[in-house]
Amino acid sequence: MAQKRRSKGPGPSQGELLAAEEDLAPTQSASQAPRSLERLSPAQVDQKVSELVQYLLVKDQKKIPIKRADILKNVIKDYRGIYSEIIKRAGRTLQQVFGLQLVEIDPRNHVYILVSNLPRLAVENLKQDDCTAKLGLLTVILSFLFMKGNAAKESAVWEMLRRLRVDPGVRHEVFGDVKKLVTEEFVRQKYLEYNRVPHTDPPEFEFLWGARAVKETSKMQVLRFIAKKWTAILLATSKGRWTQLSPACTQKTLQQ
Amino acid sequence: MATQMTDGHRRFLQVLMSHGIMEGSVARTLHRDCCEIHKVYYAHDKLDDFINVVNIHLQPFFMQIRKGMSEDDGRTYYALVNLAETEITKMASDYTENELELFRKTMDVIIISESGFASSTDILNLADQLKTKKMKKKEAEQVLQNLVQDKWLSERDGEYTLHTRCIMEMEQYILSNYQDLVRKCNICHSLAIQSQVCETCGIGMHLPCAGKYFKAQMEPHCPHCNEFWPHEIPEINRPDSELPSSAPRERRRTPSSGTRRH
Repeated sequence: MAQKRRSKGPGPSQGELLAAEEDLAPTQSASQAPRSLERLSPAQVDQKVSELVQYLLVKDQKKIPIKRADILKNVIKDYRGIYSEIIKRAGRTLQQVFGLQLVEIDPRNHVYILVSNLPRLAVENLKQDDCTAKLGLLTVILSFLFMKGNAAKESAVWEMLRRLRVDPGVRHEVFGDVKKLVTEEFVRQKYLEYNRVPHTDPPEFEFLWGARAVKETSKMQVLRFIAKKWTAILLATSKGRWTQLSPACTQKTLQQ
Repeated sequence: MATQMTDGHRRFLQVLMSHGIMEGSVARTLHRDCCEIHKVYYAHDKLDDFINVVNIHLQPFFMQIRKGMSEDDGRTYYALVNLAETEITKMASDYTENELELFRKTMDVIIISESGFASSTDILNLADQLKTKKMKKKEAEQVLQNLVQDKWLSERDGEYTLHTRCIMEMEQYILSNYQDLVRKCNICHSLAIQSQVCETCGIGMHLPCAGKYFKAQMEPHCPHCNEFWPHEIPEINRPDSELPSSAPRERRRTPSSGTRRH
């Protein structure tokens, strides 16, 4: 997203803004509209934080990563000058009230998701949840690839997963050998493609949507339907008590 | 009563959010589990207090965990609802403009109808007349499927009504936008989409409310005008798992001349 320069029009000086906005770094966008920043009351700022919290929750429920550009356009609007303060407070609220953390999965393009902060549960019997959890992980990867124009370097995918505390180099309590699951099982099932990038030495690989993922459902449907059920894995539910969804049902949804 | 949010509360909230709407007994189990896992004080009959703690913290964000009743079976449901006036916020990013228009028009038909249902024929006709962009039959059918999946509508025998979640979420919006066009249950005074209506004086009741109210009566009469109540009285199943399971079930047939909706 292009960085906009602060407008140097007439109007109240920075001093008139809330003291909390001292962290107005030069990288912050400011509106280039002729109208200058108004004096903001605490109530107005609270309102904006509130709107952002709701926006993030609604967007995240669909499991589509949230772009900063969309946040600025749809929620922040004229309050761009205090963007960082608003996002900071929204993040804090999400933690305190919802136990959710705002994670930037793509620092270059400023893309966010919400991840549960709650201590993960020791999952004793994985059978019931296994399928749901795996589909969830798959959806994260598919969404990420979708955002990247349908293909991404292997390293980028691992980096993204690491932010979700899923590390290919470390045995995961739910997924086990993550690297094997992603590069072998998902590939074998044709949900992903794992291709060597030509002319790279040492060999580099990239991930793409697999034929089955493309065929079994449209991309929008993946993002729409599966994603909702996916929350279960991030919430690390135990057994199937809270996920009222049998693996068969999830499978059917994917095929829909 | 503690008013601090604990991880137990947060986990409850997260799970509820992921489900969208949750039936009472599931919510009670979840309450118990969340308290157990996070070593939070637990009393089996204090779910509402537990939820109140969460609601206190949700208040500044115009959100609330609300308790509602299903119009179909009278059971209690919990849902996280948005109290702000912008009623279609949750739907807006899922549906295109003409899809939203179709939903709103369908909601009109549902609310104005006596039965609280819109037939698929009705809806397909609406799709053909949309102002934003007309929709073909196949497309409209897909949209309906999505709306059902997302729990905005529920379907029965090819007819559509508002899902419990939708009613809970949009109650304020519906009441303020439809005002006198909308019916309120004479027994519980909440919004009634599906209802039984007195043919004489026009008052309406939720089916589960009618079931409960007329349960003991040999000859049901309208509580308002005392005329004979012409509808089949719904059999009420035990809505709460807390209550003893050996409740006698009554099913009485009344000579019905009016609309049958059970």
